[in-house]
Amino acid sequence: MAHVSITVNGKVRRAEVEPRLLLVHFLREHLNLTGTHVGCDTSQCGACTVHIDGHSAKSCTLLAVQADGCQVTTIEGLAKDGQLHPLQEAFWEEHGLQCGYCTPGMIMSAVHLLRDNPTPSEQQIREGINGNFCRCTGYQHIVNAIQRAAGNMAEVRK
Amino acid sequence: MAISPVLPKLVGQRVKRREDPRLIQGRGTYVDDVKIAGMQYVAFKRSDIAHGRITSIDTSAAAAMPGVEVVYTGADIAKFVKPVPIATPFPSPEHRAVAIDIVRYAGEPVAVVVAADRYLARDAADAIRVEYDPLPVVVDPERAMTGEPAVIHPDFANNLAVALVPGGTGVSPDGKSVDDTAIEKAFADAEVVISQRMMNHRLVPNAMEPRGVVAHYEPGKDLLTIWSSTQNPHILKTMVAGMHGLGEHQIRAIAPEVGGGFGAKINIYAEEYILSGISKQLGMPLKWIEERSEAFVATTHGRDIICYLDIAAKRDGTLLGLKMRLIADIGAYNMLLTAAIPTLTMLMASATYMIPAVRVTLTEVFTNKTPTDAYRGAGRPEATYFVERGMDMLARELKMDPAELRRKNFILKDAFPYTTAMGAVYDSGDYEKALDLGLKASDWEGLKKARDAARAEGRLVGLGLSMYVEVCGIGPSATLPTGGWEHAHVTIERDGRITAATGASPHGQGNETTFAQMLADQFGVPLDHITIQHGDTSIVKQGIGTFGSRSQAVGGAALNMAGVKVKAKMAKFAASLMEASEEDLVFENGTISVAGVPAAALPFQAVAAFAYIPVPLPKGVDEPGLSADAYFEPTNNTYPFGCHITMVEIDRDTGEPKLLKLVAVDDAGHLINPLIVEGQIHGGLAQGIGQAMVEEAVYNEDGQLVTGSFMDYAMPRAIDFPRFELHSTVTPTPVNPLGAKGVGEAGTLGSTPSVVNATVDALSGFGVTHVDMMLRPEKLWRLIQGGRS
Repeated sequence: MAHVSITVNGKVRRAEVEPRLLLVHFLREHLNLTGTHVGCDTSQCGACTVHIDGHSAKSCTLLAVQADGCQVTTIEGLAKDGQLHPLQEAFWEEHGLQCGYCTPGMIMSAVHLLRDNPTPSEQQIREGINGNFCRCTGYQHIVNAIQRAAGNMAEVRK
Repeated sequence: MAISPVLPKLVGQRVKRREDPRLIQGRGTYVDDVKIAGMQYVAFKRSDIAHGRITSIDTSAAAAMPGVEVVYTGADIAKFVKPVPIATPFPSPEHRAVAIDIVRYAGEPVAVVVAADRYLARDAADAIRVEYDPLPVVVDPERAMTGEPAVIHPDFANNLAVALVPGGTGVSPDGKSVDDTAIEKAFADAEVVISQRMMNHRLVPNAMEPRGVVAHYEPGKDLLTIWSSTQNPHILKTMVAGMHGLGEHQIRAIAPEVGGGFGAKINIYAEEYILSGISKQLGMPLKWIEERSEAFVATTHGRDIICYLDIAAKRDGTLLGLKMRLIADIGAYNMLLTAAIPTLTMLMASATYMIPAVRVTLTEVFTNKTPTDAYRGAGRPEATYFVERGMDMLARELKMDPAELRRKNFILKDAFPYTTAMGAVYDSGDYEKALDLGLKASDWEGLKKARDAARAEGRLVGLGLSMYVEVCGIGPSATLPTGGWEHAHVTIERDGRITAATGASPHGQGNETTFAQMLADQFGVPLDHITIQHGDTSIVKQGIGTFGSRSQAVGGAALNMAGVKVKAKMAKFAASLMEASEEDLVFENGTISVAGVPAAALPFQAVAAFAYIPVPLPKGVDEPGLSADAYFEPTNNTYPFGCHITMVEIDRDTGEPKLLKLVAVDDAGHLINPLIVEGQIHGGLAQGIGQAMVEEAVYNEDGQLVTGSFMDYAMPRAIDFPRFELHSTVTPTPVNPLGAKGVGEAGTLGSTPSVVNATVDALSGFGVTHVDMMLRPEKLWRLIQGGRS
């Protein structure tokens, strides 16, 4: 067993874990943060995307021990003080989700995308979510949602 | 009883989904989020060969691992799990839940492990040693029909699961009497005949949430609760009860949040029977969550049907006859609806056209592959693809505009209800209107000029057009072995809130929103006063489920009916309080009032409260309370239709196709929520285009699924698509009170042939008249280099 200390959504979590435990299972099984989903076993689908030290990462492709000492943010930690993140709001407004399974990972990727590029073109958005699969929406409403969020976040910055 | 129309207030509006706040915050509960104290985990050992005789299974190492509760072989499981049943009336070979002697596809379960956690369960499954005596493998359905090199099921000679069922002109409804006069004359009179073998290839459904099951048998209650990522918990309840000799009252089936289905979660799977059976044996809760690479082989596949198409026509484009010889590769076993899916391809052979003589024959064949079953569209995209590809070939042969050839042969709008040669009774339609809107919205003539200008620059640009008509709103019971109705229950609570339950169990369709919109209008109350319950058989007493684009057309209609019943009773209570006639009452803005006297309105809540403490009970009311059940069974299916137009460019150097434009016109009848409808169409388009351009389940000669993970099976991504341009016409259906036809599958219908038609158009300069999907760049590059299709 290995000791880890990981700050998840602002709270320090200490645990003894198997060295082989995937980060996504640490979040889901040990911390009961089940908003992060597992959609594949080859790191393609992005349903498990979380932020590690501010960067989006696929939590099915990391061991919990690799996140030792890191700051992890999951979908549950995105809303602040009961206020949805602009991307959460925009996914709701634009019908950017149907079954909702890919949604947490998609939103976490989009947050990172807009942090890197606050004013992306449609093509840049489509390329930016290349690591996230959605089987329901055909992506168009997701693209709309990210565009809307980018606009709303720009308004706030003014 | 009379059915009131749904009033246009929230209905027809782009209402934001009520499901979303929980889903965008990670608060949905999918099967893998269900946790029960003492729960153990299940893993399956699956066959890694496609056909062979099991000579030995050594489970000793697995059983000895710390944390392993028990290991079962097929013979162990057979003691308490019977062979997997099907729902269609076709003959079916024995299908053991876990193989005992022979494995017939790679991925078939051969052993089951129960262990303390999911990693241990996987470790133990991997430690099981299975030895096989390999048998010859058959993957090509046309070869399988010769009985060579293997007969997969001894009772099914030449691997024929369903042998040559004829249908169409001259064939009696029971298929026993066949008169060829009309079809032979059509081809004898033809001035032009188009003949083409086409392949509608195999796909992997790939809902983003793989399947999963939690089963919990509680001996004290003698109750089995089963959570499953399923499209139809009520069918699951009935099937599991039958499997384990339990009464239906002893089963509670729950479809919690379901992460997509696309038809592949209709089937009731071996894993559902196995987990419930083991839980009953051990008296402990169990969980199994499918891994993605497991899902690729263990969840049913879609499509996989060959068509030999012949079209007879006059030189002016008038259709005389159509023949389809269909060969469906259904894989190794019959599943719940497997054998019925290709019959929908037969049924829709006339597409949108008046075809005097039609003859279809269907053969279904076993091969050593994962079984097929429904996949979004289920049989109808196949028919659409074959006919619309054939129409394009005919247009090219006749040098006619593909739009004008279609227009010339449409079933006319005043011909509905229209009975096709296959016996389908199309409810309503106006195909020319959809075509005209498609041509106008896409600027068809302008697109042709743009295509020609691009070609003049040496670019390979093509235009594609496809019409479609599909069969949706599945019911009545004569058309569905589970029963073709849907159930709903509406209760007005004492506080005036409305709780409604529906058997239409969604997996992304947004029923909690659309159904609440309807009830809000019906009762004149705010949306947030309405709760829609679904997916739990202990709450929703009866139901069928969500497939065949039936939620709104059948489930919504049932809810409307239940609402009508409750409203009529509530009106009686209100009329007595107001000393008014119930016919004069108006339900609006959270009140009930006499028409023309809004000032004297009673709060909706006050009337609800009175109904539960009715002193005195009003005359004409037999009992207190406000709730009602309804079962709605439509008189017929619905037949939505549309027109999908695409523009494709192919890279001359690499053969890579790119979709430049897609204009879709869809007619689903009345729409409850256009925002949700758009989402449904977008998703369908992505899957239809995905089939044409990137997705393909490829088996090698050994029966191994070569495209067995997301590393090898191309899932459509955001960069694969242009912005879709949607338009709609509205032709209501007369078969339900909402006039809604259903829209879940529409996008997959026209998009696939449209893209292939555009691709063939782009390659027409190279003498290409047809190319089979999927449109692999290498394949197109070879055609550009002068190879023949």
